[in-house]
Amino acid sequence: MPEGKPETIFDVVDKAGMLVQKGRIKVPYTWAAGKVASKFLVGLRDERRIYGIRCPECKTVFVPPKKLCHKCMVEMSEWVELGDEGVLETFTIVHYGEPTVHPVQPPFAYGVVKLERADTGMVHLIGEADLASLEEGQRVRAVFNDIRRGHYLDIKYFKPV
Amino acid sequence: MARRTAIVGIGQTYHCARRDDVNGQELINEAVTRALEDAGLTMKDIDAIVIGNMDHFEAINYVDGWSVDGSGAFMRPIMKLTTGGTSGMTVATAGYYHVASGFFDVVLAIGWEMNSSSDTTAAITTCCQPLIERDFFAGAIGPLAAEYTAYIKRFGATEEDAALVSVRDHNNALNNPHAHLRTRITVEDVMKSPVLCYPIKLLDMCPRSDGACALIYACEGKAEKLAPRPAWVHTIAGSRDFVYMGEPFQHEELITLERASARAYKRAGITDPLKEIDVMELYLPASTTGVKWMESLWVCGRGEAPRLIREGVFNMDGQLPVNPSGGPLATNPIGATAMIRVGEAALQIMGKAGDRQVPNVRTALATAFGSCSWSDVTILRDTKP
Repeated sequence: MPEGKPETIFDVVDKAGMLVQKGRIKVPYTWAAGKVASKFLVGLRDERRIYGIRCPECKTVFVPPKKLCHKCMVEMSEWVELGDEGVLETFTIVHYGEPTVHPVQPPFAYGVVKLERADTGMVHLIGEADLASLEEGQRVRAVFNDIRRGHYLDIKYFKPV
Repeated sequence: MARRTAIVGIGQTYHCARRDDVNGQELINEAVTRALEDAGLTMKDIDAIVIGNMDHFEAINYVDGWSVDGSGAFMRPIMKLTTGGTSGMTVATAGYYHVASGFFDVVLAIGWEMNSSSDTTAAITTCCQPLIERDFFAGAIGPLAAEYTAYIKRFGATEEDAALVSVRDHNNALNNPHAHLRTRITVEDVMKSPVLCYPIKLLDMCPRSDGACALIYACEGKAEKLAPRPAWVHTIAGSRDFVYMGEPFQHEELITLERASARAYKRAGITDPLKEIDVMELYLPASTTGVKWMESLWVCGRGEAPRLIREGVFNMDGQLPVNPSGGPLATNPIGATAMIRVGEAALQIMGKAGDRQVPNVRTALATAFGSCSWSDVTILRDTKP
């Protein structure tokens, strides 16, 4: 957006005498990952490794890791290195485009992947797969991007093994 | 001890994909005016107001203040509540709490939405953790689709079972003058409609609507005078879960609904919901949920819902009619959707549901669903609790 130009662009449409005004609100945000998620994201970026975290009380291993167990309300600090392979627990194939949100073009698959040693699923894209033959229970492996930024999508997708 | 409280007035707008003839405040006022007329009241009789919607769908913050033109809240107490898809029932619940607490005698609850103001799916996506699943979650369809994929795998349910739910709700909506979608459909129509997220197709999924609903709650002593047959609130129960889709890891069930409905049944003294409840108005955002969530409402055992659906148990002429109004598959002004469930359940108790009336309703259940995956349950009866 060149300097001096308004960020909000108004457009008025006349629909048989009923006027509607189009607008767009662009609000920049800066989201803090926090210490725990930062370690997870750095693991993806620098080591191509996926880390989970274990609750000291209920022993659940969460991935992606978070600071607080929502069931026990305790802080977690025991890191667990998880493999990059797991089982596709369930999935869907998205056929509609949401260009402002989706990172890829439809049709694409995403699902819940249960990594070995993890108790929660990891929601991610499924790639390099014949979408028509995807099945629950099949093994998948994380594929990392060559250029990584410390982002969840440093894992490009999980592909069938 | 809570005061006994009943619903004495219900008002709804007509619902459609977009209302260009009114702004949000005017839309709200249509529902408010109709609820007041229904109860034979004027704004002078209203002691307090509760209102709710999903702020990010219209990009209007402080709706409690902004809506005063339409809500009638000028110089009255009003509070706004937003809890996602459950907003409408949260607002209804707060209306009940206002009266049951003894602080107010007659309270107006309003749920509304002008979904046409924005890209609903993009707006819904802001409920997700921005650093983790927001990128591909993109709305409510994907997670519901993935849940049903797991259910199909585990119990041998089919896409046609979900289509039967879609046909039931869409065709029930033909009897509801307020419904948005009023077109007769067949299982074949559903199966042939475009796939949105496998296995959910266009006709399996709720639309997005513009519309509003208002309810009037009154205390014992006033309720009996305002309505010949008030809908008494017997219990309200809710459960929340963490929103991360990978978390619950039991995709075949809806645990929040299991817990909330079990608590509601216990409080209302219900042991066999299939026999003891006369009608259900369920917040079913997709037809697939009308299969698997029946089990979470304890009306049948795990994996048994497809059989009951094929037998027509939940049809208008079945043992336990579900969604005589057509439910959210026919009408979905999101901030009002859950309140409409309560309102429609109340209409059934009050005997005012017109062509969609189920005979002899004495106990009615309404549910709300929001985020992934929250559940609320309200039980109404024609008798005082």
